[in-house]
Amino acid sequence: MSRAVTESGRGVSGSVRFVLDGRVRELTGVDPCMTVLQWLRGVERRCGTKEGCAEGDCGACTVVLGELREGRVRLLPVNACILFLPTLDGKALFTVESLRQGDQLHPVQEALVECHGSQCGFCTPGFVMSLYALYEGGQVPSRRHIDDALAGNLCRCTGYRPIADAARRAYELGRTTGAAARDDLASQLRSIARQDTLSLEHDGRRFFAPRTADALAELCERHPGANLLAGGTDVGLWVTKAHRELEVLISVGAVTELADVSVNGGHIEIGAAATLSDAHEVLAEHYPDLGELIRRFGSPQIRNAGTVAGNVANASPIGDLPPALLALDASAVLRRGGVRREVPLDAFFVGYRKTVLQPGEFLERIRLPVRSAGRQFRAYKVSKRFDQDISAVCGAFSIELDGGRVRDLRLAYGGMAEIPKRARACEAAITGRPWSEATVSAALSRLDADLSPISDMRASAGYRHLVARNLLRKFQLETSGRGDATRVRPAAEGT
Amino acid sequence: MRRRVGSSKANRRGLPRREGGRRSQRIAPSPGPPTRWGSGDQDPAGAVHAPIAHDSAVGHVTGEARYVDDLPEPRDLLHAYVRLSDRAHARVTRLDVGPAAAAPGVAAVMAARDLPASNDVGPVLPGDPIFADGVVEYWGQSLFAVAAESAELARKAAHLAVVEYEDLPAILTVEEALARGSFVLPTQVMLRGDPEAALARAPRRLQGRLTMGGQEHFYLEGQVAMAVPREGGDMLVYSSTQNPSEVQRLVAEVLGVAHSAVVAEVRRLGGGFGGKETQPALFACIAALLAWRTGRPVKLRLDRDDDMIITGKRHDFVADYDVGFDGEGRIRALDLTLASRCGISPDLSGPVNDRAMMHADNAYYLPHVTITSHRCKTNTVSNTAFRGFGGPQGMMAIELVLDEIARHLGRDPLEVRQRNLYGGRGRNHTPYGMEVEDDVSGMVAELAHGADYAARREAIARFNAGSVWLKRGIALTPVKFGIAFTATAMNQAGALVHVFTDGSVHLNHGGTEMGQGLFVKVAQVVADELGVGLGSVKVTATSTDKVPNTPPTAASSGSDLNGKAAQVAARAIRSRLARCAAEHLGGSPEQVVFGGGKVRLGKRALDFAEVARLAHQSRVSLSATGFYRTPKIQWDKKRYRGRPFLYFACGAAVSEVEIDTLTGEYRVRRVDILHDCGDSLNPAIDRGQVEGGFVQGMGWLTTEELWWDEAGRLGTHAPSTYKIPTCGDVPEDFRVTLRRTRSREPTVHRSKAVGEPPLMLAISVFHALRDAIAAVGGEGQSPRLDAPATPERVLLSVEELRARFDGPSADRSARP
Repeated sequence: MSRAVTESGRGVSGSVRFVLDGRVRELTGVDPCMTVLQWLRGVERRCGTKEGCAEGDCGACTVVLGELREGRVRLLPVNACILFLPTLDGKALFTVESLRQGDQLHPVQEALVECHGSQCGFCTPGFVMSLYALYEGGQVPSRRHIDDALAGNLCRCTGYRPIADAARRAYELGRTTGAAARDDLASQLRSIARQDTLSLEHDGRRFFAPRTADALAELCERHPGANLLAGGTDVGLWVTKAHRELEVLISVGAVTELADVSVNGGHIEIGAAATLSDAHEVLAEHYPDLGELIRRFGSPQIRNAGTVAGNVANASPIGDLPPALLALDASAVLRRGGVRREVPLDAFFVGYRKTVLQPGEFLERIRLPVRSAGRQFRAYKVSKRFDQDISAVCGAFSIELDGGRVRDLRLAYGGMAEIPKRARACEAAITGRPWSEATVSAALSRLDADLSPISDMRASAGYRHLVARNLLRKFQLETSGRGDATRVRPAAEGT
Repeated sequence: MRRRVGSSKANRRGLPRREGGRRSQRIAPSPGPPTRWGSGDQDPAGAVHAPIAHDSAVGHVTGEARYVDDLPEPRDLLHAYVRLSDRAHARVTRLDVGPAAAAPGVAAVMAARDLPASNDVGPVLPGDPIFADGVVEYWGQSLFAVAAESAELARKAAHLAVVEYEDLPAILTVEEALARGSFVLPTQVMLRGDPEAALARAPRRLQGRLTMGGQEHFYLEGQVAMAVPREGGDMLVYSSTQNPSEVQRLVAEVLGVAHSAVVAEVRRLGGGFGGKETQPALFACIAALLAWRTGRPVKLRLDRDDDMIITGKRHDFVADYDVGFDGEGRIRALDLTLASRCGISPDLSGPVNDRAMMHADNAYYLPHVTITSHRCKTNTVSNTAFRGFGGPQGMMAIELVLDEIARHLGRDPLEVRQRNLYGGRGRNHTPYGMEVEDDVSGMVAELAHGADYAARREAIARFNAGSVWLKRGIALTPVKFGIAFTATAMNQAGALVHVFTDGSVHLNHGGTEMGQGLFVKVAQVVADELGVGLGSVKVTATSTDKVPNTPPTAASSGSDLNGKAAQVAARAIRSRLARCAAEHLGGSPEQVVFGGGKVRLGKRALDFAEVARLAHQSRVSLSATGFYRTPKIQWDKKRYRGRPFLYFACGAAVSEVEIDTLTGEYRVRRVDILHDCGDSLNPAIDRGQVEGGFVQGMGWLTTEELWWDEAGRLGTHAPSTYKIPTCGDVPEDFRVTLRRTRSREPTVHRSKAVGEPPLMLAISVFHALRDAIAAVGGEGQSPRLDAPATPERVLLSVEELRARFDGPSADRSARP
């Protein structure tokens, strides 16, 4: 693989430019599907960053990206193992080797040493980078905030307690990257910012990263067989695990105008390039359970790369956002060339990993209604492990009541069928009736007709059926004002 | 000769001394001298019993600590890939590797027929083929290997080979194996007294069954080896192994060369937990075979999924019990049958199952007992060592028995546990006849008091009475774990110490560093003996050409064995230096004192380095080996009688949980641990072992579920599907106390082993979950719960108990 990249000192068309250790690196001849981890370890032999799983689940490969957002540099931990090298273009890369200044350790490194936060040490560089991003982010975190920041880093030795201690201890050791250094980096990033489409070709395989939605639309039309790359948190695994060769990749990540999350009148609009992190705050503000769902289903590394639109367009039956968006009556704005159409999410999924998207068409935006006083929403994610696990069952429900009677009810489930699915028979059995335990009990059996889960390594079909019923009961309990405690880890403890 | 080693408060904390005003730790510039705790005046004294940081801590946090895959790669390095079987049991009717050999970049392909000597890496008994020879016996067994210019080319080439099978019937579960009489080793029985008669006489009697899942090690660094051919057919193998001597022996055997022609080296492992005790040999041997064939260095690093599919795991067990007891819950007799899924070969299943039998008493006196152990042969990966080595499964069985007795009698499980603990006249011998001298009873009482068990149990009862959907539970369980390899011959160790004329010390021993802090502990012992700072003691990579014929670093024995061996070596050099110093300073060697980097005799003192130079000038050897063997132990394998262990390491834990009775989800709210590490060599390191072991055990019993499909294919072969605990699973309220005592036995500085025992403290989490589930039922009702207690198992247990409590006619939907 060392022959897959060459470096040039001068600007060359089709080169990837990023900042590493204060220096602009410019790579040509980049294999578009080479991961940042493969480049670091295989080409640079910069071996501090480790490979633990090559699927974005263990965090041993965590690096931090610096990117310009509204003129300022923000630092984001990501998994290098499923990050394609060309997506570094225009960004700064920080690895564990970047942190030491002269003979001084960074406070998070020093705190880890002091708190005995490493044993075998293999996961440690990844923890260092997650803690680095957390530390540079600002205030002393709560334990819940630390748990969240470290949810994507697995340690098999320590039991985490000393690492969590170190996360706080670092603040007592003082020293942040000076504003001046951030300013230097910002101007460096501006100097490599690209105005036009990044276009790479290697061994007949092509990679495009357009800057505008129009350019994206044009590329999609020109390459109808292309794979669209958003955060790569799933596509990355097609390469590292399924060993697929992707002929044409079109990345949406650099389309700034699609990275926005905005509230326009009665709707929240989420562009195709908006990551789960970008959307988190707004969605959590309107729908706290949706915020918690997003927090739990992906670690910070995944949320910083993965997109809302990607989680929908991917059409996985076990994605967690689709049920929530179905329950909230969201829609997808699809675009081919200059033509747009808006499809309710209800009609978007048509079969196992199949959607209504036509060749050359892409999902440009997700639209969902803002919160309304009359509508109550809850989302439940049930998985073996609480954080960073794929759901056995995800249930998302919304309801509007009219004097104690159900005026409108949307019950959506993930993990219960070959697509994210509404339980329409059950909805029909409840709508118009009083919102009571008795109504729900009587309607529960309808779920069996609506849903057809399988047994697999995550759960048995029987458990999935049972949980699907119980989640609906729980929803009724939580929205009927009884006040019973129903959650072992209330979202309200929050982050 | 006692030495006092001066130590300020700062360095007793294990931290480099800070200079005034400096806020950050000084570390050596890179690349630079390999200082580990700072240098010169910042060097902490090598005091034993001090909480000193891991010797590689700075290397870990900077990424400079090297693992096998990080070593500089030789220019002509080849990369290997192993093609796996995709049948659980089948005859290989065709294996055509021609297309693979002809693929671009391929240097060699090797299958069973291409091997020069042996095709077996069985560690104790044969049965573990390197490459399947005609028949595949589990899904994921290695068929052949390819060496190519890159790992990618090797993988692509390997998948070009043509493999055809004719399926054979496969045995996948313990139940099938028992029904078919399929065993890797003969069934064993341990017997004391007359359990049959005592059971018949017992006032009360219960029977039941518990199934326990296995566990994937999930060391963060996967299996990896790099073999470098040397002149004359010799081979150097870098292997991530807990057992370099075994890698050396097996590589020699498969190459057909003398053991002396092979060197196995390991500086550190990115985690082992038993998963790198026997398993690495396969990969080291494949790398060495391909290196032998091509004459080029070969690296084999497994992808995580392949690693999880090919390598053995903790044994899953089925335990069936029949217990007789009195109205107070005191056990009169127990008939226990343990059956484990061993996979296709013996590997370490013999001693693993032996240890399960020896720990089926845990800390309880069993007057009349029979323990039957079936070692089932199945068409699944051969299960292997995992922290606890059968002990956890044995303990799970007896802890369930006690919990069931308590619930049957409507008593607090702690009361029944305490009533059955070892202690009192005639109640202090294990079923295999070893005397228990440890005061587990005192520890349990101390912890119950310290953790406020009684008050919390009441508070939980109040909570449960007022909470419809969420229920809480609490449990206290003890641990008594035997320390020594049960194979007596393995309880030996060697060390090698050199002193150089600048006073620096080179330490080597047979133990491997896998994160447990062995290197710093042994260095502390050596620094203490020589009276020098820890920074003067360099611990070097474990290598079979420095210290030979070593046991694996396993059985919690690392610091007990290697600490003692290194102490012997250091003492030999110290006594030579004492003679030199005495001659030079005038006096007798007995008056010489080593400490603080000085060698003193009365009021006169020399630098340690000066004495080393004097010794060298006087032609005195500055190098010594040390050897140690564990005293007192003896074991009659046939009768299951004797003293297999030098001592027991003990502890206890209280866990409190909360469950959601609608989904089965749960949270561990608080954990209190009291654990006996003797006079700990390094309390910071030991606390790390206690906490880390506990969380690993909690994973085994809660979220870590191995799942195979009906064809025998592992479905949970990556962290996306196999869920070890994350930071958020660890209770924020996590109180760990090390009980500082002195080991009764003459262990190194009276410390106790700590690697494995804390894992079993997590059994308290399982029983706290049972306690919470029990809250949905009535008095006298006991939940049925198997391990791991995933949310699914918890919910199904809740449902089953509710159905029992409500009776078949109750309208379940109308009540909580």
